[in-house]
Amino acid sequence: MPDGAAAPAGARAGVPADAMLEVRDLHAWYGESHVLHGVSLTIPRGEVVTLLGRNGAGKTSTLRAIMGIVPRSAGSIRMEGREILGMAPFRIARLGLGFVPEERGIFASLDVEENLMLPPRVRDGGMGVDEIFRLFPNLKERRRSPGMRLSGGEQQMLAIARILRTGAALLLLDEPTEGLAPVIVRQIGAVIRALKDKGFTILLVEQNFRFAATLADRHYVMEDGRIVDMIPNDALAANMERLHDRLGV
Amino acid sequence: MFAEIFGIPPQALFGQLLLGLINGSFYALLSLGLAVIFGMLNVINFAHGALYMLGAFVAWLLLNRLGIGYWPALLLAPLIVGAIGIVLEKALLRWLYKLDHLYGLLLTFGLALIIEGMFRHWYGVSGMPYPIPPALQGGQNLGFMFLPNYRAWVVVASLAVCLATWYAIERTRLGAYLRAATENPVLVQAFGINVPLMITLTYGFGVALAGFAGVLAAPIYSVNPLMGANLIIVVFAVVVIGGMGSILGAIVTGFGLGLLEGLTKVFYPEASNIVIFVVMIVVLLIKPAGLFGRER
Repeated sequence: MPDGAAAPAGARAGVPADAMLEVRDLHAWYGESHVLHGVSLTIPRGEVVTLLGRNGAGKTSTLRAIMGIVPRSAGSIRMEGREILGMAPFRIARLGLGFVPEERGIFASLDVEENLMLPPRVRDGGMGVDEIFRLFPNLKERRRSPGMRLSGGEQQMLAIARILRTGAALLLLDEPTEGLAPVIVRQIGAVIRALKDKGFTILLVEQNFRFAATLADRHYVMEDGRIVDMIPNDALAANMERLHDRLGV
Repeated sequence: MFAEIFGIPPQALFGQLLLGLINGSFYALLSLGLAVIFGMLNVINFAHGALYMLGAFVAWLLLNRLGIGYWPALLLAPLIVGAIGIVLEKALLRWLYKLDHLYGLLLTFGLALIIEGMFRHWYGVSGMPYPIPPALQGGQNLGFMFLPNYRAWVVVASLAVCLATWYAIERTRLGAYLRAATENPVLVQAFGINVPLMITLTYGFGVALAGFAGVLAAPIYSVNPLMGANLIIVVFAVVVIGGMGSILGAIVTGFGLGLLEGLTKVFYPEASNIVIFVVMIVVLLIKPAGLFGRER
């Protein structure tokens, strides 16, 4: 399947041609407020794709629209060729999407293990609990701690860990490094790289594009609810100035 | 049955404590159902008392129309009441979740009036007797008091169902879904869990507990269209004292306040009808979220 208009001229050779997720002309509303104005993006299977942009550009809304948890949306979202826009959210997740929300969403009344075991399996091939604990050793030590007792870094790791068990093939990560210490950010970077090596496809929302640059295959830049740019990672250096402009960093 | 042991203080004490425990058994079962429903649906289920009455009536109808006795009714009546609850949730309640609590309260209050009104119309208010099942007739003389078997059974059955419910919610995977969905239903849906179905089943389960309590109550109190209306106000006070939505709070407060009411009857009978409400006022002043509640 061709990558269509969004296919980058400078895309790496060897990138699989089939799209895991294909978003076309996505609009979304919260009540009267129109927050997405025709977002189009393509996430090829096995790639890490970032969504960059300033606060309020519509990155989180894009993820929430993909998961089907915005009040109203229009356009088209295809997961492995299947239209998911308008489906009940619990059906969307069962097609193999794993979601890590911006606020992390650790359940305070559940302990670490209960949080980890909460999302049901949606597909075969999820990681085993032992494998997950190898990736996140500190979670294993804290498996009986209530969710509300975890540090920010531990919460973030748990939020990522719990979608790895389910067999989800496409992970949507909303600012996994936000507000975390550099040492934790490095740890999370290593985890994301390991997940990529395992063949996960990842859509990563980030403010920290230095972090994103070390992981991603391509970057979409959002502004005012639209995609305004797509930069393959190997063209990042050449486009640095443009990106700085866009992100205002 | 109890008149013969009044007069002698120790016996009066134990007798009243037993009565308190019986009342507490019903407070606990009913407030537990209310707590589960409130946690998941954010609905203050005013129809709870009417559905408790319905449980007793279903048992009575099963016996008098179909010849189905107490033990099958103990299972069937909660199932029937639960099924009615599921229909009510699907048809009416689910339209109100996005609105203020007040709308759910008004709707369920209206439902309570309708259900109670229908049974009043059909059966009057005098009440109909329901026999104690043969296996539980009679009682034990414990030396310091006479313990009717059926009343002992009510306490044991209520305690067992309450503890089983607590265990299922706090210690099992299904319960973890319920607790998680109580906290953040949107995210639980985004994990692939069918939350609307969970909500429907939770309401069905909560009102089935009321139906179960109704069957337990039938042989003790007569089966009467207003039996729920009389009880539900006290049960709401129990829920407020325990803390809205708290499972353990509902159970402990239910039994505790039943006992407290019993003790008050011994030491200062004049206050026995209001003691729970006095406790409610004090708790609201000191800890508005309830004894076991978390601030939201």
